[in-house]
Amino acid sequence: MSERKFRQVGTRPIRHDGLDKVTGRAQFGADFSLPGMLWGKVLRSPHAHARIRSIDVSAALALPGVHAVITGRDFPEVAAESAAGGEGATDFRDLALNVMARDKALYHGHPVAAVAATSVRIAEEACKKIAVDYEVLTPVLSLDQALAKDAPILHERMRASGDEPLPEGPTNLASRREMGRGDVAAGFAAADAVVEREFRTPMVHQGYIEPHAVLARTGEDGRAVVYCCTQGPFMVRAFSAKVLGVATDTIKVVPTEIGGGFGGKTTVYLEPLAILLSRKSGRPVKMVMTREEVFRATGPTSGTHIRVKMGAKRDGTLTAAEAVLVYEAGAFKGSPVGAAMMTVFAPYKLANVRIEGWDVVVNKPKVAAYRAPGAPMAALATETVMDELARKLGQDPIDFRLVNAAHEGVQATYGPKFRAIGFVESLRAAKAHPHYRAPLGANQGRGVACGFWFNAGLSSSANVSINEDGSAVVMSGCPDIGGSRASLALMAAEELGIPVEQVRPVVVDTESIGFNDLTGGSRVTFATGMAVIEAARDVVNQLRARAAKTWEVELDAVAWNEGRAVAVNGAEGKHEPLTLRQLAARAAATGGPISGRASLTARGAGPGFATHLCDVEVDRETGAVKVLRYTAVQDAGRAVHPSYVEGQMQGGVAQGIGWALNEEYVYDARGAMENPGFLDYRVPVASDLPMIDTVIVEVPNPMHPYGVRGVGETPIVPPLAAVANAVERAAGVEIRELPISPPKLLALIEGAR
Amino acid sequence: MKLHVSTTVNGEPAEFLCSAEQSLLDVLREELHLTGTKEGCATGDCGACSVVLDGRLVCSCLVLAPEVAGRRVETIEGVARGAELHPLQRKFLEHAALQCGICTPGFIVAAKALLERNPDPSEEEARYWLAGNLCRCTGYDKIIRAVLDTASELRGATR
Repeated sequence: MSERKFRQVGTRPIRHDGLDKVTGRAQFGADFSLPGMLWGKVLRSPHAHARIRSIDVSAALALPGVHAVITGRDFPEVAAESAAGGEGATDFRDLALNVMARDKALYHGHPVAAVAATSVRIAEEACKKIAVDYEVLTPVLSLDQALAKDAPILHERMRASGDEPLPEGPTNLASRREMGRGDVAAGFAAADAVVEREFRTPMVHQGYIEPHAVLARTGEDGRAVVYCCTQGPFMVRAFSAKVLGVATDTIKVVPTEIGGGFGGKTTVYLEPLAILLSRKSGRPVKMVMTREEVFRATGPTSGTHIRVKMGAKRDGTLTAAEAVLVYEAGAFKGSPVGAAMMTVFAPYKLANVRIEGWDVVVNKPKVAAYRAPGAPMAALATETVMDELARKLGQDPIDFRLVNAAHEGVQATYGPKFRAIGFVESLRAAKAHPHYRAPLGANQGRGVACGFWFNAGLSSSANVSINEDGSAVVMSGCPDIGGSRASLALMAAEELGIPVEQVRPVVVDTESIGFNDLTGGSRVTFATGMAVIEAARDVVNQLRARAAKTWEVELDAVAWNEGRAVAVNGAEGKHEPLTLRQLAARAAATGGPISGRASLTARGAGPGFATHLCDVEVDRETGAVKVLRYTAVQDAGRAVHPSYVEGQMQGGVAQGIGWALNEEYVYDARGAMENPGFLDYRVPVASDLPMIDTVIVEVPNPMHPYGVRGVGETPIVPPLAAVANAVERAAGVEIRELPISPPKLLALIEGAR
Repeated sequence: MKLHVSTTVNGEPAEFLCSAEQSLLDVLREELHLTGTKEGCATGDCGACSVVLDGRLVCSCLVLAPEVAGRRVETIEGVARGAELHPLQRKFLEHAALQCGICTPGFIVAAKALLERNPDPSEEEARYWLAGNLCRCTGYDKIIRAVLDTASELRGATR
C-alpha cells in the first residue's frame, strides 16, 4: 500500500466548490427562500434558572401577521434514550428539552416559545407579547457552585452514575468515572521528579461565522422538507423526528453549504421548531439565529477544572500519571469528559495511570462538540506539566517527549495497542525544523506541546456514476466543512484514472443516497473516502466487464490502467485499449448506464498526532502576548489534498491560540453571558497572528487503502499548551488559568516580582 | 410606510422598497436577492457583509438602506467581469484561501478595496486592513498569501 504510486492523490487541484464561493453564488443556510415563506423567531429565557409556571401566547397570536406560536406543550414527551453519533452520545429526552423548555428554563437563552409571522419584525414583536410567568431560581454558574453542599439542583430527577463513591439523591454531578492501570503510588515513589498542577479553563465557543439557519416546509400529508446548514443531514432527520415524535421517513433534509461547524452543527436547535411552525401554519418557515443567539444558546465547549500529576526518573522515563478532569456539561449531562479521559495521557508510554472524569451540569448552554472535544484542555494540563518536568530534569522538551512517546505496539492509556502511528516522526520533524533552533530575544519564549486525537470511522455511503461523456459524479451525504469534496474527487479520480477536473463531487439530500453518519470525528476523508474508493472500484469492474464484452474475452483478460481498459493475460496487443470516454459512449449498447455504489462502516481509524512549536513575546508592562512564530507538525497518514490538510492545521492552531489568549464566556451574577458578540468575545483576527508554518508527516494508516488519517481535529489539541509553555518560559510565571489575557498575565508577572 | 429608494448596484440602476430601519445588508439579501453578501453578526464585527459604498469599504449591516439613495453600491456579485474572475478570486482559489467559504465574499470585497488604495501592501498592512474580516477556518495564512500574491501579479501587469 505505502509503495503505491499516486497520480492524483497528493496534488493540489482547485476545489470544485470554490468558484461558487469566490463569486458569492454558493448558497448557505440563510440563502434559501420559498414563496409564501414566513419568518420564525424564538423567545428565549431571560433567566439562567427558573421554573416556568405558565405561558400565555394569546396576545402574540392576536397580532396581525402572526400565523403560529409554539411552546413546550406542542411537543410530545420524549423518552430518555441514548444514541451514539460522530461526536459523542445524545440523550433524546435532554435534546427535546434543550430545543424547547417545558417546566424549567435552564440557561439564559433557553427557548421557551417560538413564533412564525410574515416578517422578522412581526415575529419579534409577537415574542415580546408572550407572557411567561417565571419563578426565578438561583443559578449554578461554576463547577464549584454546582458541586457545593446545598447547591441548587438543575434536574430533580437526575442521579449520579458511574464509579463509587457517588453522592446520594439529587445532584448536579451527572457522572464520575475512573480508569487506569498499574500502581500509581509506586510509580510516583519511584520518580526523581514529580509535578502536580491545577488548571481552570472557561467555556469557549466554536465561533463559526455562519449562524444556524433553517427553512422548512411541510405538506398536507405531514411530510417535511428541511434546508439547513448542518454537519449531518441524516442526524437532523433522526433528531428532529425523535423530538417531534414522527416517523423518520416523513422528513427530508437538504444540506446547504455550511459556513463552519467545528462540531457545533452536530445537533439540532432550530430545525424541529421550524418544522413544527411550518406544520402549524401550513407555510414554509425560515429561521436564522442572530449572533447573540448563537453565543447564548448553541455550541460552547466545557469550562473545566483539571488536576494533573506526573512523575519521571532522572533519565526522563515517566513513572506515573494521574488526572482528575472535571468538566461542565452545560444545562444537560454530556460533557466531553470521556474523550478527555481517553486522550489526556494518550501520547505517552505509561505503565501506571489513574484518571478520573466528572461530568457536571451548570446553568449554561448545553455543550456541543468542538473540534477534538474535551482534548485541548486536557492536553493543556498534561503538556504544561510535561514541560515543567523537562525543566526540572534539565532536559530538552522534545527529547524528554521522545523518551516517552507512544509508537506502534504500545498499549495506549485508553486501551488498545497502537498500530503504525506518526508521533515520534512528528517530534523528530519538529526538532529538525529551523524554527526550533532560531534565536529568541528578550521577553520571548518558545513553547513545545503535543496532541493526540482519534478519528471516527462510522457509516458512510457513496455513489460514483459515469456520465455519457466519460466524466464522473461522486455523491456523498457528508457536508463538506473544509474541502472534503476535493479530497473525495481526488480519490475517485485516482481509481478511475481520469483528471480530477472530470470528477464532480456533490453532497446530496437524505433521499438521494444511503445513510451517512455526520461530518465529525475527522472521519469524512477517511471513512467516506473509503466508500468513494470502493464505489469507484465497483465502477472500474463494470468498465472492465464492458470491455470484456466488447472484445469477447474473459473479465480477467481486461485490466484498468490509467483510465483505459487494456487487454492482458494472454490477450495483450490483440485489442486497442478502450478509454473511459469510449466505454461511456457505448454504455447503452453494452449493458446500460454505469454507476457504482458502496455503503460501509469503517473500522480501524488511525489516530493523529501533532507536535507544535510556538514563539511568543510578552509585554511586561501590559501583560499582552504576541505570537511571533508558529510551526505545526502533524501526521496525516496520507495527505490527499495537501493544501486543505495545511488549512486544517492552520485553522486549528488559530482557534487554539484564541482559546489560549482571548476567548471566554463572561457571565454576570444572574447567569447572563455578558459578551455575546464578536466585539467582546474576541476570536483571533488577521493582525493577531503570524503565518502558521506547517509540516505534514506521512506515516500511512494501515487500515485505509491509501493510508489516510483524519486530520481536522488534532491541530487544536496542542496550541493551548504550546502558547502557555511559551508564555511561562518568556515571563517566568506559572499558567493555571485560561485565557492568558493581559490583566491575568500582568497580575502573574507582578506577583512574581 | 415603506420608502422607495433608487440606487446603483454593481453599475446597474436598482430600486427597492424598504422600511426606515432596515439595513443595507437586509435589502441586498431579501429585496434584491443578492445573497453573496453574508450576515455573520449584524453588529459590524465580522466583515462577512462587506460592500463598497461610493468607493468606501463598509459593513452593509451598519448602513441604513435608505442611505444608499443616489449612491453606488458594489457587492461580491460585481467583482468578476462576466466570465472573467477578478485576480483576487483566482488567487483565493489557487492558494486554497477558503475552507467553508462563508467569509470569502467579504474578504474578497475588502481585499479589493485594499489593493485599489495600496497596490503594494506589506504583510502587516494586509493583516491590519483585513482585521475587520473574521475567518474561523483558515488561520488567515493562505488568505494573506493570496492577497499579497494578487498584489504582486497586479503590479506586474501595470508595469
